[in-house]
Amino acid sequence: MTKKVTEAGSISRRRLLTTASAGAALAASPLGINLLQAQGAPIRIGMSMPQTGGLAGGGKPSLLGIEIWRDDVNAKGGLLGRKVELVVYDDKSSASETPAIYSKLIDVDKVDLLFAPYATVPTAPIMPLVKQRGLLLIGNFSFQVNSKVGHDMWFNNAPWGPADSWAASFLDIGQKAGGKSMALLSADQEFAQNLAKTAREVAGKRSLPVVFDQSYPPNTVEFSSIIRGLKATKPDIVYVASYPPDSAGILRAVNEIGIGGSVKLFGGGMVGLQFGSVMESMGSLLNGVVNYNSWLPEKSMYFDGTKAFFEKYTKRAVEAKVDPLGYYLAPFGYASGQLVEQAIKATNSLDQKGLAKYLRENTHQTIVGPIAFSPDGERKETAVLQAQFRGVTDKNIEQFRSSGKQVILFPDNLKSGELVAPFEAART
Amino acid sequence: MDLLLDAVVTGVLLGCFYGAVSLGLSVSFGLLDVPHVAHPAFLVLASYGVFIINEQYGIDPLIAGLLITPLFFVFGLIAYRLYYETFEKRGSDAGVRGIAFFFGVAFIIEVLIIIQFGVDQRAVTADYIGKSWRIADTRIPYRMLVAFAVAAALTIVLTLYLSRTFMGRAIRAVAQDQEALRLMGANPIRVKQWAFGIATAVLGIAGALLIIVAPVDPTLDRAYIGRTFCVVVMAGLGSMSGTLVAAIILGVAETIVTTMVGASWAPAISFAMLLGVLAVRPQGLFGRRS
Repeated sequence: MTKKVTEAGSISRRRLLTTASAGAALAASPLGINLLQAQGAPIRIGMSMPQTGGLAGGGKPSLLGIEIWRDDVNAKGGLLGRKVELVVYDDKSSASETPAIYSKLIDVDKVDLLFAPYATVPTAPIMPLVKQRGLLLIGNFSFQVNSKVGHDMWFNNAPWGPADSWAASFLDIGQKAGGKSMALLSADQEFAQNLAKTAREVAGKRSLPVVFDQSYPPNTVEFSSIIRGLKATKPDIVYVASYPPDSAGILRAVNEIGIGGSVKLFGGGMVGLQFGSVMESMGSLLNGVVNYNSWLPEKSMYFDGTKAFFEKYTKRAVEAKVDPLGYYLAPFGYASGQLVEQAIKATNSLDQKGLAKYLRENTHQTIVGPIAFSPDGERKETAVLQAQFRGVTDKNIEQFRSSGKQVILFPDNLKSGELVAPFEAART
Repeated sequence: MDLLLDAVVTGVLLGCFYGAVSLGLSVSFGLLDVPHVAHPAFLVLASYGVFIINEQYGIDPLIAGLLITPLFFVFGLIAYRLYYETFEKRGSDAGVRGIAFFFGVAFIIEVLIIIQFGVDQRAVTADYIGKSWRIADTRIPYRMLVAFAVAAALTIVLTLYLSRTFMGRAIRAVAQDQEALRLMGANPIRVKQWAFGIATAVLGIAGALLIIVAPVDPTLDRAYIGRTFCVVVMAGLGSMSGTLVAAIILGVAETIVTTMVGASWAPAISFAMLLGVLAVRPQGLFGRRS
């Protein structure tokens, strides 16, 4: 037994030398490098994603967008000759899960790159960790999570732009329609509170009185009494910053209780009204609401690869049981992949500082349009759409695939129509 | 003043809805001492059942709720038997184990719903959803009036069942003294199993109300664990009419606080009320002293 092992060891050493020599010769050629890397470990991109819990309705289509990019890039031979692999954990939509998940991704899984989870709440707690480790992080639709942390390797895929641009564009539309006062209704959680804070600041700068300013706790079941209180203050502009489970409840209460003839503009920051299932179930209740969005099927929104992406997404969404439309998040998930793909190809490396430098200094062509970052890692210019629901009928999700159901009012370069006001008139 | 009146009216209606979704728990936890933390998960499951029937066949959600009631009764019988065999009959620490059992069941239900329906919100359609009854300047959503009517009907039916029928009296008896019932030749486990079936069957209707009042998603059960247990404990374990009254008190308190102070305070006020009631009357508002 001992002899066998020794002989084997002797043969093994000889073979090892032969293999090493051949390997060294192969590696010396460019083809050899590619072959070795292609056969080597894949490039691993780690992330958590809400796949259960309140944010899962967004997390799942976002992940599908990233998966479509992975499949596309692997079909083209991968990056640096290596396949791309995703390491994904479900964070259950919870902020308490993500620090441990990202520690594991960094220290145990030893991934090459990090993508942030969808949404502000799960992303905020990982920012200090990622900054401390000096790692590149591609953000995924979180809002203002880097404003205080100041991490210079953070790049948000969302179209938000400067912090106040979201509220400013909404209030611009309202004031142009004659709005002279504002009501503010927001969910008691980080994303909505950030939106509400910037709305207050913008209103303050414009001396626009805030006649109603109320937050509601998570798990609020019935919004009738809140809407009654809001209605009693007779505001001209109603800015709502809500999360998916609440947006439907608020709209239903508005429809039942009424919001008053004074209201010229209603909506702004209602998360959920971008999701196919909510849009389908709300149907005609959506008419008149002016709300933010990221992508809509208007002519001006198609860039290189957009059409092909949605063809793939539409097919895969059915079997994945995710949002059949997928406008809001999925193309931006794909764009996250395009950002790192372009940076890796340009720098020919996975060096995180080099990638961050490239992302910061260049404009990147993606399926959601050109993306350029400001020093805080947000878009240089806002690309958030404000669109008004028009002519929506009940129980028909296919209607949202055609243009005209959400008329873009902002930004000017993508505008596809004018505001119909007051709000009650736009609902008919 | 108008706002206060509105708040009281909305609170009564909201309270009735809370009452309707808590009545089943009042039987399972209040009368049977089963730590049924999966009650809200059963409720959400019923909502999805109603959703399927409404979506596929266009049947009114309330009728759909009635249609799934027998299925939920059988489901309740099976769930209790499983709980009894694997946990309850094993000893004095069954209560603690029971919580783990029902938490597990709740998570399984949640995951099964996600696998089957995805994570998106689901809603039903009916003529009374999205419309309201106008009285002068006040508008009352029809869906909340439906909740009010159904809660009242459920409370009356359950109260009559528990007080007027042989099986109902047996259920109350098993809640008071299981051993005495055994000495009289009755099998308390079968009575409890039947009662658990009734408690689960009630969720068929309550689940219909849940999806009538607001869209549902697979994780909605988490929002109702606190509320339903708060209502049942505040009422005094096992009192059906007490459950409805406690739920109305809770609903009115929530809406008045929301209207006059701010919605952020509403949950704190609700649970402060529960603590206050328990401090003064540990047996709950309508419970009997042991």
